[in-house]
Amino acid sequence: MEGIKNLVNALSAPIPYTIIMAGGFGLLMWKLRTLTQPRVLWALAALIAVGFVAGAQDPDFLKIISKGDNMPIVIMIFAILGTLGWGLRQASVNDMRMEKGLPPREAEESNKKVLVWPDLVYAEFICTVLLSAIFIAWSIAVEAPLEEPASGTRAPNPAKAPWYFLGLQEMLVYFDPWLAGVVFPGLIVVGLMVIPYIDINPRGNGYYTFKERPFAIGMFLFGFLVLWVALVILGTFLRGPNWNFFGPFEYWDPHKIEPLVNVNLSEIIWVQWFNTRMPDQALLREAPGILLILGYFMIMPALLAVTVLKKFFNEMGFARYSILVMLLLCMAALPIKMVLRWTINLKYVVAIPEWFFNI
Amino acid sequence: MATTEASQRATGAYNPAGGDVSRRGFIGTLLLGWGLFGAAAGAGVLGMVRFLFPNVLFEPPSSFKAGFAQDFAEGVDERFKDTNGVWIVRTVSDPLSGRSGEAGLFVLSTTCTHLGCIPNWLSADLKFKCPCHGSGFRMSGRNFEGPAPRPLERFRVVRAEDGQVLVDKSQKYQWEKNQWEAPEAFLSI
Repeated sequence: MEGIKNLVNALSAPIPYTIIMAGGFGLLMWKLRTLTQPRVLWALAALIAVGFVAGAQDPDFLKIISKGDNMPIVIMIFAILGTLGWGLRQASVNDMRMEKGLPPREAEESNKKVLVWPDLVYAEFICTVLLSAIFIAWSIAVEAPLEEPASGTRAPNPAKAPWYFLGLQEMLVYFDPWLAGVVFPGLIVVGLMVIPYIDINPRGNGYYTFKERPFAIGMFLFGFLVLWVALVILGTFLRGPNWNFFGPFEYWDPHKIEPLVNVNLSEIIWVQWFNTRMPDQALLREAPGILLILGYFMIMPALLAVTVLKKFFNEMGFARYSILVMLLLCMAALPIKMVLRWTINLKYVVAIPEWFFNI
Repeated sequence: MATTEASQRATGAYNPAGGDVSRRGFIGTLLLGWGLFGAAAGAGVLGMVRFLFPNVLFEPPSSFKAGFAQDFAEGVDERFKDTNGVWIVRTVSDPLSGRSGEAGLFVLSTTCTHLGCIPNWLSADLKFKCPCHGSGFRMSGRNFEGPAPRPLERFRVVRAEDGQVLVDKSQKYQWEKNQWEAPEAFLSI
């Protein structure tokens, strides 16, 4: 038992956790049709449920999952499995139908007529009653997770954002507030809004499909599953006092020592590589990082245009392609920076605290 | 005698639709309406701006006396964290402000330089650790882990006339601007 707990704790460390999440996402994209079969989805849900029940025998894990704040996240895991699994299952069924030359299932259903009353409203009414009953029972059974009165001089430890902002809070660990708090959230919203303008693939209108638009669905799901849902789960279950990482079966010790001496890229280059003292002039000091960032955003688009994204560049035209690739590069910057922090303890690529400019 | 169309046009009273409102009259009404609306909205905005400056502020005074320097033990004094938002640190050496081997006091702000949470002093680990995003600071205030881009800010500290330690939060010193070396950022003992 202890062996399993230690294994789970070890697998929940940042790097294995990221590999599992990214690998799981890759597997989903690769074996979509197998993984979205109802029996596979049910087996997966049962496995996770058994994991939660078995894990709840451990007092530390029970404390985390039974906290009023965290219950919705437990539900969210199953809800995402259900809704996403169902949507992707329909896409798989349609893809298989279209391979046989049949129209998508929605094309046949669109001839049928369904009445708003009673067919739709009745179902909605049942849902309303059921959900109201569940919420009332829940609110009676579980105490509201209230804390001590707010104080301007004391922050709870750990101080966690509401669950839907935990992904943002996790981003803030790796980036300066102006990036993680302003630019990236802005880019997420703007990026979602420009999808209809940069996506010129006319397929998939009004029916589920994956095969006809794997890039669009894959990129969206990568951002949603790996960069949002996985970070919410990480922030809920794996972040403890002092914002340290804790395994699910680990006691939340506020004095856990984690040596996290972070260094800026300029310190690595000037001090460790060239063994000299850092230049006083901020721009000269940070020149390597600035060049790296400029190179990332100027060379990568051209490089991608002639290699992986060649097809997109040819079909979309320069303007659409540029916007797409900038959004992609910004999205990729998050996992890149996270991995750099965990592996070489990199704090900032460009660090100019004098001007509040850190990347 | 009816005025001609040309003279109506010249005076602005030309009214081709034949209604009650002339062209010039319409514009006058429009200006009056928008003018009144703008004035009312402007007054509302001014009222709101006034609202941002309360008549009474229930805040501790920005400068306060913290007792005598010899009463401070070496290390971090947390007595003024809740009341005044500062840690007073007594040290035997402060190389970061160019005072190696010089004993004295300095005053650290309790506001994390990342996003403004209040870190905790972990006396066993000899560091300040922020509970929000995990920034860590050494006893000197220097940031060394987590996302905080710069060290904690220091405040002005001098000896008052009666010999007590006087902390003045209206003057802050930032390490990245080489301000910690300022004479009043450190009180030699």
